Amino acid sequence: AQPLYDVVVSGGGMVGSAMAAALGHDIHFHDKKIALLEAGPRKEYDHMPDSYSNRVSSISPGSATLLSSFGAWDHVCSLRLKPFRRMQVWDACSEAMIIFEKDDLDDMGYIVENDVIMSALTKQLDAVADRVEVFYRSRAVGYTWPLPSHSCDTSPWVQIQLADGRRLQTKLLIGADGHNSVVRKEAEIKNIEHQYDQSAVVATLHLSEATDNNVAWQRFLPTGPIALLPLSDTASSLVWSTSHEHASELLAMDEESFVDSINSAFWSNINHSDFIDTAGAMFRSAISLLKPSGTAVRQLPPSVAKVDPESRAMFPLGMGHATEYVQHRVALIGDAAHRVHPLAGQGVNLGFGDIACLAHHLSAAAFNGSDLGSLKHLLKFETERQRHNVSLIAATDLLKRLYSTRLAPLVLLRTWGLQATNALPPVKVRI
Amino acid sequence: TAKRPLSTSHSSVDSEEIKKFQLLAHKWWDEEGEYSALHSMNDIRVPFIRDTLLSISCNYHLGNPLSGVKILDVGCGGGLLSEPLARLGASVTGIDPLEDNIRTADRHKSFDPVLAKRIQYKSSSLEEIVEESMETFDVIVASEVVEHVADLETFIKCCSQVLKPEGSLFITTINKTQLSYALGIVVAEKIMGIVPEGTHEWEKFVPPEELEHLLESNGFSVKTVNGMLYNPLWGSWSWMESTSLNYAVHAVKSGAQGQSGPTDAPSEMDIQQRSATAGTA
Repeated sequence: AQPLYDVVVSGGGMVGSAMAAALGHDIHFHDKKIALLEAGPRKEYDHMPDSYSNRVSSISPGSATLLSSFGAWDHVCSLRLKPFRRMQVWDACSEAMIIFEKDDLDDMGYIVENDVIMSALTKQLDAVADRVEVFYRSRAVGYTWPLPSHSCDTSPWVQIQLADGRRLQTKLLIGADGHNSVVRKEAEIKNIEHQYDQSAVVATLHLSEATDNNVAWQRFLPTGPIALLPLSDTASSLVWSTSHEHASELLAMDEESFVDSINSAFWSNINHSDFIDTAGAMFRSAISLLKPSGTAVRQLPPSVAKVDPESRAMFPLGMGHATEYVQHRVALIGDAAHRVHPLAGQGVNLGFGDIACLAHHLSAAAFNGSDLGSLKHLLKFETERQRHNVSLIAATDLLKRLYSTRLAPLVLLRTWGLQATNALPPVKVRI
Repeated sequence: TAKRPLSTSHSSVDSEEIKKFQLLAHKWWDEEGEYSALHSMNDIRVPFIRDTLLSISCNYHLGNPLSGVKILDVGCGGGLLSEPLARLGASVTGIDPLEDNIRTADRHKSFDPVLAKRIQYKSSSLEEIVEESMETFDVIVASEVVEHVADLETFIKCCSQVLKPEGSLFITTINKTQLSYALGIVVAEKIMGIVPEGTHEWEKFVPPEELEHLLESNGFSVKTVNGMLYNPLWGSWSWMESTSLNYAVHAVKSGAQGQSGPTDAPSEMDIQQRSATAGTA
């Protein structure tokens, strides 16, 4: 008979690897068998190159807690990361701005290269190799789903067929295979999806002068948000969401023009109109009368001097949400379940949140001697996460649409909205 | 309290009861089907058994909490309780008088090599295994069973015989009250169909006082009695103060020295012989 696993995670990216590691380090999974399927080869991360990778993620404190729960965060800290204390978000069409900052001046989040996270996760997977088997260069090409539980003549497990002909069986299949998830498609779970007319351009930038660089900057241009995420005192990572055509232009132009475009995007006031500026200023005075501390001091973003050669890349953006996260013996996590616009910096954090929730329920189920693939606890995971994710995904999508226009009424709405939100502590804290 | 109807045999198996379960022998593993309430009862009875045993034990690993524990599941049905206990590491023997139930249980465990190894099922009554299993088990679970047996005292005596000294006995059953008639029979069976109609006979429900008395006078010390409540809206069980409906009992068989009951006090040679055979069993 084919080998039977308690859990198979399909997809060895950040979310899939972290899921396998979290279960592998769980005490109630001590005697269980877990497999992680990754289509690509094993990457060695012994030495981080001096230059920064252009794929970075903004890691929230909650995600850092998850990663430290199985010892991965220590590895990240010993490699490299950049904490930031403040986020300044503002509009290209007005002076409106919102600043996020924790009262106690704690770290708001961390900018970490994806390779650094993968290196930490690989180390922690190696540490539990007796429980977690990682199959590299292994793509799943077919899944056979079990019949409902009461016809017990056929195998009750999920059958997985790999490209090289090998077969596995599992009591629970976790799909962490990205926004084009094969697990989701084969399970016939409907996905609500929408391609944005935007691509994100990423690059590694060098600043004109060294600075504390502990602020994350984001400016909403009519074509899309441009963000500067700190990597070190002298370097930052660029994430510029813009139209496909503009993105291609940005990639094609010479390095000097590219740098000029970035600086102009952050500093130019070309999109302001007198009307909006006046209306915005009026609102701001009104707020400062009612709530003197409600208007913040505007900091100036750093200016960029150089871009790392070869570091420019682009990828298309879209949103997606699976109508179901679970089925009998199947669960979706990460981008397989939900895909968001990078403007909120939440993508991977939603995935890590899924892991924390699912690992919690699976751990309890294991300690209760339950069948791990049972819908009973899988539905609890789905309810908790959908409740959390749907509002965030909808809000991100709404923000994206709201900020994609120059139309005065909408600009005014978002200007006042942003200013009001900046002045209201309860709303800001929730964000 | 009304006298328990006398049975002519000293067997604990009631043939009328067998017939009722025959029809449902294939429905055990449908979590949403006729046995859904028993499936969800695992959410409280497994932690109850697990945590009680962990609190008694000195040496366990949270990854395999019941490793090394030998459990007898009396009236195991399709194996709904045997399987989670085995997953937690126990070696489980499941017995049920109905062959079809054992067949279903055997088939269900066969797909999981770990369970197949840790669980042994046998179509048998409790009395039939007593002779070959004297003081064999660390734990006996009799969940939702004593309200179906013909002779409760015989049943308890047999439990005592196959249990090691200081072994644990876990029972879950239904109280005999007006409330349990109203909710347990009328609502559960006739109105809401939570339990298939005719499954239970109110006459055979066991009040906790009677159960405790029978246990205490047959060499057991009752440690815990907890009320249980089923919420039909959510299909979930919870603990409650009152034992007027369902309840769970944990009792411990007295150690070798303090054996009480109508039998003669064993001689010293008897005690030595018994512990010698127990060691080689």
